[in-house]
Amino acid sequence: MANFDLNKLTQKIQQGVWPIIITLAHLILGVTLVYLNPRSNLAFLLMISSFLSLYALKTPVLFKLVTGALLALVIIPVIGVRNIFYLEVIFQISVFSALALGLNIVVGFAGLLDLGYVAFYAVGAYLWAFFGSQQYYVLHFAPGTQPSNLPFLLPSDMFYLFIFLAIIAAALTGILLGTPVLRLRGDYLAIVTLGFGEVIRVLANNLDKPLNFTNGPQGITPIQKPPMPPAFVDIFNSVFGRFVGHTASVADMYNVMFYIYALVVIIIIIVVTRRLNDSKIGRAWTAIREDETAAIAMGIPLVKMKLAAFATGASFAGVMGVLLAGSRTFVSPESFSFMQSIGVLTMVILGGSGSIPGVILGAATVTILNLQILQGLSLYLSQLRQSDAVIPIINFAWKNLSNQLDPAKYQRLLFGLILILMMIFRPEGLIPAKRQKRELASDKVEVKG
Amino acid sequence: MKRLFSSINIRELLRPIGQLAIFSLGSAVILSAIVLLLALIMDKTAVGLGVLARFHVSLFTYTLVNLPQVLIDGLTIGFVYAAIALGYTMVYGVLEFINFAHSEIFAVGAFVGVEILIFLDGLGILSAVPNWAAFLILIGAILAGMLASGLLAVAVERVAYRPLRGASSRLVPLISAIGVSFFLQDAIRMTESLTTGQFNRIFPTFGNFDDRLKFGELPMGANMITLGVSIKSIIVIIAAVLMLVGLNYLVNATKIGKAIRAVAQDRTTANLMGINVNYIISFTFLVGGLLGGAAGVLYALKFTRIDPFVGFFPGLKAFTAAVLGGIGNITGALLGGIVLGMLETFAGSYLGVFTIGAAGTEYKDIFAFGILILVLIFRPQGLMGENVSQKA
Repeated sequence: MANFDLNKLTQKIQQGVWPIIITLAHLILGVTLVYLNPRSNLAFLLMISSFLSLYALKTPVLFKLVTGALLALVIIPVIGVRNIFYLEVIFQISVFSALALGLNIVVGFAGLLDLGYVAFYAVGAYLWAFFGSQQYYVLHFAPGTQPSNLPFLLPSDMFYLFIFLAIIAAALTGILLGTPVLRLRGDYLAIVTLGFGEVIRVLANNLDKPLNFTNGPQGITPIQKPPMPPAFVDIFNSVFGRFVGHTASVADMYNVMFYIYALVVIIIIIVVTRRLNDSKIGRAWTAIREDETAAIAMGIPLVKMKLAAFATGASFAGVMGVLLAGSRTFVSPESFSFMQSIGVLTMVILGGSGSIPGVILGAATVTILNLQILQGLSLYLSQLRQSDAVIPIINFAWKNLSNQLDPAKYQRLLFGLILILMMIFRPEGLIPAKRQKRELASDKVEVKG
Repeated sequence: MKRLFSSINIRELLRPIGQLAIFSLGSAVILSAIVLLLALIMDKTAVGLGVLARFHVSLFTYTLVNLPQVLIDGLTIGFVYAAIALGYTMVYGVLEFINFAHSEIFAVGAFVGVEILIFLDGLGILSAVPNWAAFLILIGAILAGMLASGLLAVAVERVAYRPLRGASSRLVPLISAIGVSFFLQDAIRMTESLTTGQFNRIFPTFGNFDDRLKFGELPMGANMITLGVSIKSIIVIIAAVLMLVGLNYLVNATKIGKAIRAVAQDRTTANLMGINVNYIISFTFLVGGLLGGAAGVLYALKFTRIDPFVGFFPGLKAFTAAVLGGIGNITGALLGGIVLGMLETFAGSYLGVFTIGAAGTEYKDIFAFGILILVLIFRPQGLMGENVSQKA
């Protein structure tokens, strides 16, 4: 009975003006709460989740676009500058969304499991890190011994050129790696890409001799940011200053700028993937993913199509790498570990491989879990540790809890659990791709012996 | 008594020992020849001159004098890889599935063994024991590690792989296995750090495992290089050989081994022939886990320090070894492990000298991947594998 009512309710809220009202109410409530309580994580979650109701409820496309743009381009920067931590969360969500969307092309569309995806991210990051810093003049110095007053190799506005160079460099790396290994079966490919990711990390760690290309484990710093027109800060301050509550500094505006760049990349990736997915190439990818033998029999050039997927995914990672190097002004091999690759894979799997909204939802969920929930738990535990509280029944004093139990450090546990649970209970992801949903539903009938 | 002996298939007992001897000797001879040839060629170049200036011997002599030690080290680590590789290869043979979590099963074995030894050490037992008792305690620790890993492997199969066996894509169980691997890494870390506040463990020193048997000395310029092998290396080699022989016997000369081979060949038909497929698959995981756990304790004995992520590189290399030998093929895993261990030790010892310090031991870990990629390009079925086509 309750179920029936629920159905009726869902039908009702999808009709007439209800969707618009609910979406706006969600949005306004979220924004107001965040505005009033700038430190509340719950309010922030409520605000961010209004993207979900914007996506799920049936409203006119124009309404969706305008509200989405308003939220992403005006409200979030203002709120972000007000509390810089939110901007960091949002920036990370957008960076990981872009990475996950790139990996989604490889895993979700072409069905190739790439376990070394951040290697391409590293290629982009180290490309700008080398040319956008003083590293060229440090070539003959061991790490830590370079003189302090070195010039930069290139002017900072070359950043934009290197975004395009990174596309080429990462795609080339993808093709170079892909050509020999893409003939392999899927599970071998997974291990080889994993190995390749490790190779890139070990190279970044050790290419400080004989010539110092990467500065070893210490990483390269400082890397230049692209120049920012000073008018940008002034305009932002004069228009939004009274909402923000304090004057935005150049550093704040850099964060906003990189967030917007990441958004632009995401939009480009979405457009490209949608166009590709509906094209001949996209259909070829689907065919390869579903049945390689049948795809070959249909005359699909297997290796060429796989290479296309690999290179497209890689090039987006390369772009994000340049953005990362520019925004952080620092790169080190640690940012490109195997765990990062698995993190991005977890986002794709959680959201639904092959599904663009799903992947973005996955990236947002995992990033928020990582940055807010796990760290919030850590904070809470450390407060408990300092208090005199005792767990009642077993009489355990929180003070005695080991310092090592720091939930923020247990990302692997989180990623692992998400991967296992999703594979067992919902392999198609939170928001399944439309095509995939049909297939997985019909697959449940035939069980292989 | 006579019946008992006649029921043991002597041939299956001797065959793997012969294979091991041939593989070890063969790879040792081939690799030594290559390295010595390289040394001869480079003797007169800058490389040779550099060695001459540093050690006052020619590059050829330097290479030759270091060779025996390199061979022994390579063999030891090669047998460890072979023991881990068997776990991958058995599961792959039966399920066509890369058990990505095998490296963590190996790590759990190492931790259980070491924790038991640390516990005994804390009681003050270990420091006082005579050498023969130390051996017995070590064997007990190895057995405990094996048991823990074996049971864990069976549990992991039951929870995370069996529900996915009918999945539409081969990637589904693989992703689940990656999840298990990550989950276990942090689970180990959590248990270890909650009990003592840190997650590294050191293999306690006891018995005479660290002593070295000295064979003699070789002159190198003014210095003498001592040739020797530590007792623990001998233990590792003997234990690995025993395990390999045991596994070979189990698979090739017992009834349950026949069932395993049947399931590997054709699961549906094996089921029709009255074999309980689920039981056999669980048993395969158990055996793989037992071997992995033993390898874990042996690894801890050899390298002393372990952490929750200790399984990652040995696991990957063992997988490489399995692929190199021909995955799904037990003999191939032995060959692959030995060859890979040798290659890696050779690279670790000589790369630095041959490249004048530009690339050294730090590239040892990625050397295996280079080999993996080369094998997969030129001989994807591996050294010993027949042309295994994908099962329908």
